[in-house]
Amino acid sequence: MDLSAYLTLAAIVFTIGVAGIILNHKNIIIILMSVELILLSVNINLVAFSTYSGDLTGQAFALFVLTVAAAESAIGLAVLVAYYRNRGSIAVEDINSLKG
Amino acid sequence: MYDLIVFLPLFGFLIAGLFGRWIGARGAELVTSGLLAVSFVLSWIAFFQVAAGATAHVPVANWFTSGKLAVDWALRVDTLTAVMLIVVTTVSFLVHVYSIGYMADDPCKPRFFAYLSLFTFAMLMLVTADNLVQLFFGWEGVGLMSYLLIGFWYERPSANAAAIKAFVVNRVGDFGFSLGIFLTFTLTGSVTFDQVFAAAPGLAAKTFYFIGFDWDAATLVCLLLFMGAMGKSAQFLLHTWLPDAMEGPTPVSALIHAATMVTAGVFMVARLSPLFEMSSTALSFVLVIGSTTAFFAATIGLVQNDIKRVIAYSTCSQLGYMFTALGVGGYSLGIFHLFTHAFFKGLLFLCAGSVITGMHHEQDMRRMGGLRTEMPFTFWTMMIGSLALTGVGIPFTSIGFAGFVSKDPIIEAAFASHRFGATYAFWCVDIAAALTAFYTWRLMFMTFFGQRGDWAGSLPADAQEDHGHDEHGHGERAVPESPPVMLVPLAGLALGAAFAGMAFRWFFIGGGHEAFWRQSLFLGQENHILEEMEHIPAIVSASPSLFMLAGLVIAYYMYVVDKTVPKRLADAFPALYQFLLNKWYFDELYDVIFVRPAFAIGRLFWKGGDGAIIDGLGPDGVSARVLDVTRSAVRLQSGYVYQYAFAILLGVAALATWYLFGGGRL
Repeated sequence: MDLSAYLTLAAIVFTIGVAGIILNHKNIIIILMSVELILLSVNINLVAFSTYSGDLTGQAFALFVLTVAAAESAIGLAVLVAYYRNRGSIAVEDINSLKG
Repeated sequence: MYDLIVFLPLFGFLIAGLFGRWIGARGAELVTSGLLAVSFVLSWIAFFQVAAGATAHVPVANWFTSGKLAVDWALRVDTLTAVMLIVVTTVSFLVHVYSIGYMADDPCKPRFFAYLSLFTFAMLMLVTADNLVQLFFGWEGVGLMSYLLIGFWYERPSANAAAIKAFVVNRVGDFGFSLGIFLTFTLTGSVTFDQVFAAAPGLAAKTFYFIGFDWDAATLVCLLLFMGAMGKSAQFLLHTWLPDAMEGPTPVSALIHAATMVTAGVFMVARLSPLFEMSSTALSFVLVIGSTTAFFAATIGLVQNDIKRVIAYSTCSQLGYMFTALGVGGYSLGIFHLFTHAFFKGLLFLCAGSVITGMHHEQDMRRMGGLRTEMPFTFWTMMIGSLALTGVGIPFTSIGFAGFVSKDPIIEAAFASHRFGATYAFWCVDIAAALTAFYTWRLMFMTFFGQRGDWAGSLPADAQEDHGHDEHGHGERAVPESPPVMLVPLAGLALGAAFAGMAFRWFFIGGGHEAFWRQSLFLGQENHILEEMEHIPAIVSASPSLFMLAGLVIAYYMYVVDKTVPKRLADAFPALYQFLLNKWYFDELYDVIFVRPAFAIGRLFWKGGDGAIIDGLGPDGVSARVLDVTRSAVRLQSGYVYQYAFAILLGVAALATWYLFGGGRL
């Protein structure tokens, strides 16, 4: 089994996710989606190493990650809705209350 | 009794100053004037007692004791003090009464009367002082009150400037004066007059090392002390504050800047006569400075147009006469002139105040004229004052107005003296007698004779237009005579100006002077000036009267007969005229030598020292740099989450790179 192909794929997905966070200046939902991509790339790695080393622990762990990712998405969306109700906008440009 | 004389004015000040708001203006006037009236009556009683032989020394309290230096509050009452007591309380009382009328429209009357009373107290402390430190207390006290009263109308910038100028110029003199007191203590081990005088003969052979030279100790002490007198008495070089001091209310000019405070220097030199007798050099210096002032101030008085300034320069000049008398060793002559001068110069100032009130606060003589018929009482009293100032009397007798009896002996003494500089002094004061007559009669003729507006032609062009515009409302208005409350003090002083000389001559400088002065004035072994001045040529005795007549005739010709002469003269000698009109350019000179360099140094320290170094590099600089750093740190906090994420990513990448390739082992 060619491990490097999976790792390359995971790396590409991870990079796309990071780029999505950094380069996206428009919509905060895209940031949430990018976070999901990053988590997915981690899952790919887990599964790939699990198969490679013949140890099922990694695949079980991947299932947990999926669960947590779902919960995280739900919370993120809930925060998003609340934020939209308060500020009337979810554009990334407008969210800078931390500005010094 | 002596306590009462000195402390009643202080009491009056406390009542009027602290409770003026409750007792009101009328109450303040009555309280201060009433207490001063008591003080005035007691002073005359004291004077006659002292003249009869009763000197007194009244201890009041210990002030401070530090090592060998012990200073007491005490009143020393001898003839010299008694003379000053009557001068101060008489003029002060009359000025208090006069001020009730003069200041009638002023909203700050309680403050004014409180100041006047406190001034009187400080002056009385000065003249009754038993030691140099108490003298200095009174000295500074009158200086402070002079400052406050010159700046009494504090909403006028010019009054504030004049007050500051008076204070600062006096600081120069007081610097020398305090050095003199320190030196006296160093040399004699005491500041009490009796002990200092007892130790004075011991100074004769001593020297003292000071600024690089070995000075004769007595000379140095006297010169330093005299520096204080020069400041306080507005002598040549330190005179510039006195004319400006005329910004104060006129009663203040009469009391402080004519009759009492400015004569403190004369009093001090007379009081310290045992010291000054030890140094012929110092007395020569006094003589030259005094006679120079007498001449120089009189020349400026010739061309001034402000009625008060003419009298101010006259005061300066007459103070010069007093110092001339002291300089030749005739201490009693100086004090006698001080005594008579207080009456006639106080009178002239109060008359000028009366004229100024009548003219609705106009002080320029060129806008006056013809007031003789409108203010007859003021005219006649001022006439008496002028006759006294110019020294009208019958030569070779002692019948005449006060100025004649006291001033002419000074001129004779200057001639008779053999002291270095006496010839110069004689010519200065003799010629100054002619100048005195000229400026005094010029003042009288411009103010009281002719017609209103006779001199309007010599006003500056812009002022002329202003006046012409104003003519209908202002010029036509009749000038009322002043109220009786102002005229009664004039009468009192006029009495003094007319008769004080003749009445007291015998005691002060005549045959009775030794019994009168006793120990209060000290004359050295070789000092026979009062005898020598009796044996001088007749022409010298008559010369002051001749000069006085010459001044009168010239003034009469120029200001009554042919009124174009002054203008033609001024046009013929423009340089001389400007030189005199600008007061020998002393203010400009001091501005260049002292004021501007002081400002430049101040600006250097302000902009360079404080601004650039302390603010730039010191505490302010450090805090500014911290602010700069934090400001750039703040700029990092954009508030955009994706930028923070990017920073984290970069950090992680850097760490990973370092771990992988840098050989780092965590």
